[in-house]
Amino acid sequence: MKLTVDIEKRIGDFHLRSSFSTEGGRLALLGASGCGKTMTLKCIAGIERPDRGRITLGDRVLFDSEQRVNLPARKRQVGYLFQNYALFPNMTVRGNITCAAEDRAYAEQLMERFCLTEVAGQYPAELSGGQSQRTALARMLASKPEVILLDEPFSALDNYMRTRMEHEILDILEEFSGPSVLVTHDRNEAYRLADRIGVMDAGTVVEVQDRQDFFDAPQTVAAARLTGCKNISAIRRQADGSYFATDWGISLSLEEKEVSEEITHVGYRAHYFTFEETADFRGEVNVFSCRLRRVIEDTFSVVVCFTQEKNASESTDALLTWIVGKDAWDAVRGQVEAGSFTLRLHPDRLMLLKEKNSK
Amino acid sequence: MELSPLWISLKIALASTLFTFLFGLLAAWGVTYLRRGKHLVDGLLSIPLVLPPTVVGFLLLIAFGQHSAFGRFLNTVGIRLIFTWQGAVVAAAVISFPVMYRGARGAMEQVDENLIFAARTLGMREFTILRRVVLPAARPGIAAATVLSFARALGEFGATLMVAGNLPGKTQTMSIAVYTAMQGGDRALAFRWVLIIVCFSLTILVLMNVLTDRGYRRKSR
Repeated sequence: MKLTVDIEKRIGDFHLRSSFSTEGGRLALLGASGCGKTMTLKCIAGIERPDRGRITLGDRVLFDSEQRVNLPARKRQVGYLFQNYALFPNMTVRGNITCAAEDRAYAEQLMERFCLTEVAGQYPAELSGGQSQRTALARMLASKPEVILLDEPFSALDNYMRTRMEHEILDILEEFSGPSVLVTHDRNEAYRLADRIGVMDAGTVVEVQDRQDFFDAPQTVAAARLTGCKNISAIRRQADGSYFATDWGISLSLEEKEVSEEITHVGYRAHYFTFEETADFRGEVNVFSCRLRRVIEDTFSVVVCFTQEKNASESTDALLTWIVGKDAWDAVRGQVEAGSFTLRLHPDRLMLLKEKNSK
Repeated sequence: MELSPLWISLKIALASTLFTFLFGLLAAWGVTYLRRGKHLVDGLLSIPLVLPPTVVGFLLLIAFGQHSAFGRFLNTVGIRLIFTWQGAVVAAAVISFPVMYRGARGAMEQVDENLIFAARTLGMREFTILRRVVLPAARPGIAAATVLSFARALGEFGATLMVAGNLPGKTQTMSIAVYTAMQGGDRALAFRWVLIIVCFSLTILVLMNVLTDRGYRRKSR
């Protein structure tokens, strides 16, 4: 079953332009908070009404502004898992799951499947986080939805519960035949739960990609940031054919890379810098000397913040991040903490990015 | 001591609360669905709250009197509202309606809207959502509004006096009895009615606090 969304909605200054489709399978919409992810889900579910556009599910038209179709939420058969689960506080677990189910036997089955039979008589206020989420899931599935929408489903859980509930949700989504859309700001969560990932930035879905491609080769600055790329700089082509990363103050040689006109930025993951023993690198390209700004110890690694030696810019964009494993750290610690050191950047690891998606 | 004002007051207040409860809830529900003209409709429904009760009484008298089409219609179907206790019920209901309507609406608007959204995506009809989701969740607030609306009806004076008059044993309520006793120079009688009304009102307020408090505790459990 195919879900196609192409909608626009204006709320004050905010302009939502959501356009994507998913052919079954699990799609994650990844974006910072306030980027319009949840609004998109609400429009699909029929809770919010877009100003313009069209939403179709299989051969059903859920919304079409031109044909003046706006199917009410209760007829859309869209399963929506709310961030706070939205369990009815005046009903027991059984009441919540069966209240809207036409097929009571199926609802009872779901209750058993989600190990909720024991707490069937309890009220939502008496449930643990995991039980609440399972109740909400069972309630949603009991209405036999054709598409499942998940709105930051794990934000209310602690780390341990999150991992366990992720397994449960994955089980359900793998079993579910229709498409599902997960909304999250957590790139790792998106990667673990979805096959395809779409980035939302300032109200617009900028790209939908296979999850592997998405992390290996993000296309835009926003996507690169969301995949956790810490070092991003604008670039400028120089007379000799090399490039100058203006934020970093570093000259880059990208001989082997084809750089199209659209490329305005480069990104470089913090893990990929390598340490150079010698400071004598005259004539070598993509090697530069660095001035230490700060060292932060993380659980399994050390985060080194630095700038290019001669870069006097106080802008945070000028700051580069290098992440070193704790083992490797011991070998280089002395030189780095002395304040001045040399790093090599590998051009094949550079991500070429567009400021905005041209589509 | 003639106790008829007590019974008449209770009868009028109870009957009036029955009306305000039903129509107040319906109005509160209806207004939350209005897309346009919400402020105006809300203003019209709330206006008895700010008008002097004598103005409301005057308007009711005109509406129910022989000079209006509505009044003549009532007369032909045999409903007499002027100088009857039924008329006092209408006066008390109109005066106390905004208390019920506004309280119920406030309570309904406090209900987590995600609950309503969830119910919609699950396929529930709007009236089912009102009955099974909104009303239970708003119950403490609705109960409080009902009690307040009852108390307001019980204390009604101006509109009641204008519509139903002051007929001892027929339309003389407790609040009107206080006024009549004072007018007649019977301070002791007036004092007794004042005492009864104060005790009554206090009991009602305590009851209301218990109701809202219980609702609160249930939520935070």
